[in-house]
Parts: sequence; structure tokens; C-alpha cells
Amino acid sequence: MNLFCVGLSHHSADVETLERFGGHAEIDCLLRTSGCAEALLLSTCNRVEVYAASVSRVSTLDIARCLDRRIDSHMSPESAPFYRYEDAQCVRHLFRVASGVDSMVVGETEILGQTKKAYEAARASGAAGRYLHRLFQRAFRVAKQVRTHTDIARGAVSIGSVAVDLAQKIFGDLGNCKVLVLGAGDTSEKTARALVSRGVSDLRVSNRSGERAENLAQLTAARVVPFERWIDECREIDILITSTSADVALLGRDQLAPILRARIDRPLFIIDIAVPRNVDADVDALDGVYLYDIDSLQSIADQSLAMRREQIDAAEQIIAQHVAEFDESIARGLNYAARTSDHPAVDDSSLSPSES
Amino acid sequence: MDRYLLIVSTLCFLAAIAHTVLEIRNRVFQPMRFTFLAVGLGFIFQTAFLSVRGHALGRCPITNLFEVIIFVAWSAALFYMVVGPAYRLSLMGAFTAPLVVVLQLIALLAPIDHPHRARLRVNSWLEFHASMSLVAYGAFALACIAGVMYLVQERQLKTHHLHSLFYHLPPLTDLFSAIVRLLWWGFVLYTLGLISGFFVGEPLPWTQIVCATGVWILYALILQGRYLRWFAPKRVAALCIIGFSAALTLLWGITFTAQTHAP
Repeated sequence: MNLFCVGLSHHSADVETLERFGGHAEIDCLLRTSGCAEALLLSTCNRVEVYAASVSRVSTLDIARCLDRRIDSHMSPESAPFYRYEDAQCVRHLFRVASGVDSMVVGETEILGQTKKAYEAARASGAAGRYLHRLFQRAFRVAKQVRTHTDIARGAVSIGSVAVDLAQKIFGDLGNCKVLVLGAGDTSEKTARALVSRGVSDLRVSNRSGERAENLAQLTAARVVPFERWIDECREIDILITSTSADVALLGRDQLAPILRARIDRPLFIIDIAVPRNVDADVDALDGVYLYDIDSLQSIADQSLAMRREQIDAAEQIIAQHVAEFDESIARGLNYAARTSDHPAVDDSSLSPSES
Repeated sequence: MDRYLLIVSTLCFLAAIAHTVLEIRNRVFQPMRFTFLAVGLGFIFQTAFLSVRGHALGRCPITNLFEVIIFVAWSAALFYMVVGPAYRLSLMGAFTAPLVVVLQLIALLAPIDHPHRARLRVNSWLEFHASMSLVAYGAFALACIAGVMYLVQERQLKTHHLHSLFYHLPPLTDLFSAIVRLLWWGFVLYTLGLISGFFVGEPLPWTQIVCATGVWILYALILQGRYLRWFAPKRVAALCIIGFSAALTLLWGITFTAQTHAP
């Protein structure tokens, strides 16, 4: 049995090409027309891949035809930027994909969920048999091991998720945190939503324009605070998100220092995503205040991404070990798989929420 | 023979440190597993040492500075075993191990293991007083370690430079709540130890009383300062480190005077 993978990804194709092939894929075509014994289609915004097992060789063009019926039948496979991996290379590629090593944002965990869904769909339709079952079960194990034994999924890589990560590192459980959003811009709304998704329930909004504050408050189930009274809220809140279009700083050290004396044992996390900044930089020198502007958040996101990239070697070592083991088990003729006729559903419990 | 148990225990704690350093360097740190196992094993050997020494002495093995230092190290490991997993302070083992290693190396290398010429009289109140006070030192040691972790985490948050360690350290508020609880545990146990000192039935040297009261006042001030909000959490964390350093120095004074007044 030949095990192979044919596909397109962000490495080889632009978005337009991915859309063209991703939107027209049919699993039945892969099984009936192309002659695959087993087939699985993985289609995400960054990749369109077919994993298949066949008795005789199935050409890349046959797979490409199934992915896009509009393709010219006289068109040579070389004209589309498809890649093809066979046997051990295919196994390695899938392990890299499932582990997030091959992703555009290295270490992202969304791909594992998407791979599990693709496997579930193929299993439910009967397109995935014992070869793909074994391959994908092993891929899920590898992905879990890579995430557990390396820092590849560690650290946030977008502004909103960096802010949420920092808030969790300061306050732990965000359920009891009080958040004030100053300014009703798009970025502050996204950050506020990210905080709400992690458990924040006490959200307050203040804006010069009461109407926009009301709109944002309705969208995020927040309470509106009159703009002239927002500074008083600093006595109570734990997190302040500022994103007003003010030309001068709205909060300085002299204003905040007396407020902090009344709340000495509680930290204050300020996320200043306004340009120009709404909060004076010297506020950060105050004890218990953690001030992050857009540059520092971006810098942390970059650090995290660099840290994740440093983990690729460690991840590749784990993957290589599993590829060798899997190759050996294939050589043994899938004795174990042959004894098991049914293929269990995927355990989704290890899935973590995706970023951004 | 009993010193070998202590050497093996020290090696276990050293293994915990080496493993943590290597993993953090390679950025593949897996908290809890190896560290907890190594510290747990080290703790078992510490307990075996104290047990062997206790049987030989026929009393609680805190008769000289050597044994007192080991007892404090044992108390610190004991509190880590109880507090670390309970508060999910995954990295605390990695921070506890160096303190224990330093204490045990001092005890093993310094010529301070002087056996008493005469067999010491057994006084259960005195033993309760001393052992309770030293177990309290274990809580103060852990509060000091949590204080170090707090300052490391706080520094990273302030400078915006997040090392790989940042992701493994607990949140600031969790660390601070652990510090306060450990301080309370230590303070209550130390107070019990201090009160039991009044029932030993023999006069204690005044320097020992002054030093012991000094430690009690020091921690009472830290807790009072925290309660009245005199100090920000960062300052409480720093005071835990200063306080434990001072308490260790005073412990040396207490043990020294106890030894010189012993028969």
C-alpha cells in the first residue's frame, strides 16, 4: 500500500490558489475517480492537503482534478504548485503539520483541532481506513508530545492575546477582575472581548462620545461610565485599556499616585494601545503598576514567535523519532491495525483554544 | 554512617537543580515531574538521616548547629512538599532545592557537627519548643523562596523582557497569597514554639530569648504591615527575603548560646 500526501500550503501557494482548490474538494471523487483506497482531506485557510493510501500509484494530477473540477484535463501537474510526499516523507509532513511546526504562526494549536475534525469527517464517511487511522492517531500523539515537551506553543503572538496572557500572569484567575475600557476603538474592543472570553465579567466602558460607549457596552455586556468620571474608576479596577484619540496623555504619575495609595495591595495593569499614547510612560515606575503600550505588546509577541521558532529543532527531534517508529510498524505490516476493525473517535479533550 | 544519608540527600537536591537548569537552558522545562521526584527523594533521605541521628541521641536531633541547619533544610523541603503542589507553584521545587543544597553543604563542610560530651537530658517541652520553632523556620524559608519568585516575576513584568521562565512562574497574585499564608503558618508555629519555651522548666540564656523574640517581632511587623497596607506586595516579598536572612543569622546566635550553655 502506498501512503502519500498531495497538497498546497502557505509555503507554496498564494491565498487565491488556496481558495481555488480548497473550496471545491470532494472526498468521494478522491475515492472513486482517483482510485485511492483511503483518503482524507485537510482544508484550512493556510493549506489544502489530501492524505491517501492506494494500491497502485495515483498521480498528483488526478488528485488535483478532484480538488478543482475546473482544472484543464490537459494541464500538467507542474503548472499548479502542488507538493507531494510519499511514505516516510508523508508521515513526517503530517506530524509536522499536526504539531504546528509547518504552520504560518509556528506552534499554533488550531491546526490540531482542524486535523482532528478532518479525520473525524473521513472516519464517519468511511473514507479513512486502518492505514490512515493509524497514521492520524500517531500524529495526534506526536502533536501532544511536541506541545508538552517543548515550548513551541508557549507565549502569545498577537497583541490581544499578549495582553490577555499578561493579565493572567498578574492576576491569575480573571473572573474577579474589573476592567475599564477607555475609548471605543476597534483594538480596545478586540482586547476587551479577548479578556471577556477568559472569564472577565465586570467590564466598564468610557468614551467622549456617549453613543459609541453605549454601542460598545451593548456589544460586550459592559457598563457605561461617564467620561468625566473614568479616573475615579481607577480606585476599583484591575485592568485599564486605553485607546482614545487624545493628543495629550490622559493619565500621568501625579494623578495616579494618590489613587494607588488607597489600593496598595492590588496591582493595576494598564494596556495603552492608543497612538499617541494615552498614559505617561513614567506611570510604569509606580509600584504595582504594569504599563504596556502597543510597542511593548508587539515586542513581546515578536519575542514569543522567536522563542517558538527556537523550539523547532527540539520538535523535529521528537517527530523524527516517531517517524522512524511508525515506519518500522508499517514495515511490520500493520499487524496491530489488522486485528482491530473499528476505529475509535478522536479524543478532543486535549484541544486548547486557538489564538487571536 | 548518617552523614552518607545526608550526602545522598544533597545529591538528590543537586540533581533537581541540574535538571531544572538544563531544561530551562534548552527551553523545554517540564515543571513538577522530575523536580518533585528529586526533592521528594532528597526529603526521604533527610528524614532517614534525622531518624538515625535521633535514635542515636535518644531525642530530637537538634543538639548542635549542624543538626539545626539540617532540621531547617528538612522543614523547608517538608513545606515545599505540602505547599508546592497545593498552590500549583510548579517552579517552587526548583527554587527550594538551591536553598536546601546551600544549607546542607554548609552543614556538611563546616566543622560544626560537635557531639555533646555528656548525654543530654530529655526535656519534652524543650524539644517541642525547639522543633516547633525550627519547623516555623521551614515556613519562613518557603515564604522567602516565594518572595524570590515574586520579585523575579515582577521584574520581568516591569522590564517587559519575558524570559522562558516567565511562562512557568505562577501569577503574581497567587504568589503573593502563598507568601502571606506561609508567613501566617510560620508565625503561628513560631508563636507556639515561643510560648512553649516558658514551660521548659529551666532558665534559658537571655541572648537566646532576645534573639527568639527579635525573630517573632520581625515577622509580626511584616504581617502587621501587610494587614495595615503599609507595604506593597513587592515590599512584602523583599521583606520575606531580608527577614529570613536575619532570622537565619539570629538562629546561629540562638544555637551558639544554647551550645555554650549546654552541660
